Amino acid sequence: MYKIILKKALTDQITQMNVYAPDVVKHAKAGQFVILRVDESGERIPLTIADVDKNDGTITIIFQVIGKTTYLLNQKKENEYILDFVGPLGLATNIDDLQNVLVISGGVGSAIAYPLCKALFNQGTYVDLIAGYKSISQMILYNEFEAVTHHQFYTTDDGSFGKKGFVTDVLKTLLEKQTYDHVFAIGPIVMMKAVSEITKLYHIPTTVSLNPIMIDGTGMCGGCRVKIGNQMKFACVDGPDFDGHLVDYDNLLKRNQMYVEKESKDFNEVKSRGDHHE
Amino acid sequence: MNKSLVKVSMPVLDPLIRNQNFMEVEQGYTPYDAVLEANRCLECKHMPCVNACPVEINIPGFIHEIKEKNFDKAYQIITNDSMLPAVCGRVCPQESQCESVCVRSIKGESVGIGRLERFVADYHYEQEHSTCDFDIHKNDMKVAIVGSGPAGLSCACELLKRGYDVTIYEALHAPGGVLTYGIPAFRLPKSIVSKEINNLIEHGVVLKTNTVIGKTLYLEDLFEDGFKAIFIATGAGLPQFLNIEGETLNGVYSANEFLTRVNLMKAYEKDQATPIYKDEIVSVVGGGNVAMDAARSALRLGAKQVHIIYRRSIDELPARKAEIEHALEEGIIFDMLTNPVEIIGDSYGFVKAMKCVKMKLGELDQSGRRRPIEIEGSEFEFKTDVVIIAVGTTPNPLISKTSPDLDINHKGCIITIDETGITSKAFVFAGGDAVTGAATVIEAMGAGKKSAVAIDQILS
Repeated sequence: MYKIILKKALTDQITQMNVYAPDVVKHAKAGQFVILRVDESGERIPLTIADVDKNDGTITIIFQVIGKTTYLLNQKKENEYILDFVGPLGLATNIDDLQNVLVISGGVGSAIAYPLCKALFNQGTYVDLIAGYKSISQMILYNEFEAVTHHQFYTTDDGSFGKKGFVTDVLKTLLEKQTYDHVFAIGPIVMMKAVSEITKLYHIPTTVSLNPIMIDGTGMCGGCRVKIGNQMKFACVDGPDFDGHLVDYDNLLKRNQMYVEKESKDFNEVKSRGDHHE
Repeated sequence: MNKSLVKVSMPVLDPLIRNQNFMEVEQGYTPYDAVLEANRCLECKHMPCVNACPVEINIPGFIHEIKEKNFDKAYQIITNDSMLPAVCGRVCPQESQCESVCVRSIKGESVGIGRLERFVADYHYEQEHSTCDFDIHKNDMKVAIVGSGPAGLSCACELLKRGYDVTIYEALHAPGGVLTYGIPAFRLPKSIVSKEINNLIEHGVVLKTNTVIGKTLYLEDLFEDGFKAIFIATGAGLPQFLNIEGETLNGVYSANEFLTRVNLMKAYEKDQATPIYKDEIVSVVGGGNVAMDAARSALRLGAKQVHIIYRRSIDELPARKAEIEHALEEGIIFDMLTNPVEIIGDSYGFVKAMKCVKMKLGELDQSGRRRPIEIEGSEFEFKTDVVIIAVGTTPNPLISKTSPDLDINHKGCIITIDETGITSKAFVFAGGDAVTGAATVIEAMGAGKKSAVAIDQILS
C-alpha cells in the first residue's frame, strides 16, 4: 500500500499526487515511469514520474482523468492509499552532452516535460520551451516551467493564453531564425508526429516519449511493442523515449484504440455511479 | 498389491462443460482411489523414480504411507523435499521424469506418482491444518531471492529450513511467477498456488511485491541492506515474436500477454477493469504447453473456433500428451505442418486473416526432431480475428543490465559455473529459467534447492 501524501487539483481535469514510495525514489530519473493499480479489481496503468523528492521519499504523478482507472485514482483522497505502485520503469531520458535544447509539450504531456526541463536546466543546458494547451483553464506547471527554462512560448487552441494555434506554428517560426542541438516532444501522438515531421526537415535530432498500452512494464507481456524504423521495440524496457523520426505513429495510434469500446463503457459506468464509489 | 496394468483413473470434467469455464479439469483422487493406486507401487529398493525427480522426493516412502492411510505422514515426507506438492502434482511432466523410469511401466502404465502427490497435498489442505511442521533454528543471516516463481519459492523453502531470514522480491503485484500469470486456473487453481506460498510466509519468509530488482533496487542495494547472498530466479519472461509482417496489429498477442490478462488480471471476470480482446476465430501459433494453455483459455473466453498452428506434425508437439488430449477433447483444431508468413489487418488496424505455408518434414535436426521444410507454392490465407504467439520466451535482461559483472550468454541466460548456480558475481547465485531458458516448474525447483544448499555451504 502506498500513501498519498499530497493531492492537488491542477485544473478541473488534471490532478497531482505525491505518493510515498521510498524504494521507487532511490534510482528514479527523468523520463521514467511507474505502474500503479488503484484497487483489487483495477487495471495496471503506467504514469510518468513528474518529480522525485529524495528527502520525503515521494514520487509525484500528474494525471488527467480520461478513463475508469484515472477516475478511480482521482477519487482517492490525501492520506488514503494506492494498492500497488511499482517503478522506476523504462530508461531515463538521455540528456548527456546537450547544450541547446527545445522542449515541446502538449496538454498533460507537460507533466513529463517538466522533470526533463528541470534535469536539463540543472546540468547547465540552455532550455527553451513550447507548451501547448486547449485553453488557459487547462494550463499546468506554469511557475515550475518558468523556473527551469530560459524562454517559454505558450499556445492555446482557443487563444485564451499565449498564441492561438498549435505548438507546431511556434516551432516553425522559431526554426526559421534559430536552431537547437536536440528537440524533445511530449504530448498527444499527433502532436509528436507533427513536430517530428518539421524537425526532420531541419535535421534536428528529436526524441519523443511514447505511451502505449502495457501491463507489467518489465518486458514480459510485449503489449507495448512499437515500430521504430524497421524494428519492433518494447516501450516499457527499450523506451519510453524513441527517435521521433523513426516512430510509426499511425501504428501506435491504432494500437492505443484496441480497447476503446470497453474503456468508454467502463468510464461511463463509474461516472454514473458518482463520487461515492470506493 | 494392485496388479492392474493401468492407473486408477482420475475423473475429469466433461469437455463440453469445462470448455465454458475456468474450473479445474482434473478432479483428483478420493482417499479410496489413492490407496488403490498406491498399492500398485512395488517400493523398489533401488528407487529409480527418486533419481529421476529433480528435487529427489522420497517417492516410495510417501507412497508407502498412503498405503497405510497415513496421509499426513506422506505429506511430511514430500515436504522434506518440495514445498509445492499440490502444484507439482498437477504440472510436473511426470511422464518424462519419475514415472518414466517406474518399474511398473515396463509392462503397463507406471504408478500414478503425480496423481498421488497431488492427492496427498490436496488432502492435507482440506484438513485445515495448513501448516507443515519443521524446526527452524535461526542463524540471523539474510538471503535475498529475486523472483517468486518455482525456483525462488523452492530456494526460499530450503533456506528457511536451514535457518536463514529469507526475503523474496517480486516485480508484479502478486507472487508465484509463471504459476500465477502463466498457467491457467483450469490446470492449476490459483487458490492452490496461494496456499503453498502462504505456507512459506507463515513460516517467516518475507515477500516484497512491486519491487523490480534491476530497476527499483539493484543487486548492490541488497548487499548494502545486509543480505549475505542473492539467488536470482527471474525466469524467462521475455516473449519472442515471429518477426513477420503484421505482428503489431490489434488482436495479436504474445501468449504471455494473453495469459497474463486472463490469469493475473482476471480479464474474463466482469468487474475487472483489465480488458481483453475477444472474437470468434482465434489462432495460436506454437505447440508447447503454453500454446495449449492459450488455446484452451481462448475457448473459455467464448471463441467459436480455436486453432493451434504448428510447423511440425502432431507427433513433434512439445506439449505434454495429456494437455494435447484435453485440448482435442475440448474441440481445439490442430493445424499441423503449417507455418505463418504474414498477419493481415483491416483498415482500422485489427487482424482479419493470416497467411500461412504448408510444411513437410525432412531430416533430423539438432533437437532430434525432423526439420520442417516449406512446401513451395503452398501459400494460403484464412480468416482469423485473434492471433496468439506462443513460440517461446527468453530471460529478462533487467538485472544483467544494471549489473555488468553478472555474465550472460548470447541468449540472455545467466551463466552459472555448475548446477549449484554460482555466477560470475560473488555471492550471487542463479537458477531456473533465468539460467536454462524456458523449462519446467520442477527443474526450476530443483535448481532453487541446489542453490540453497550451495548458499548455505558458502555462508556457514
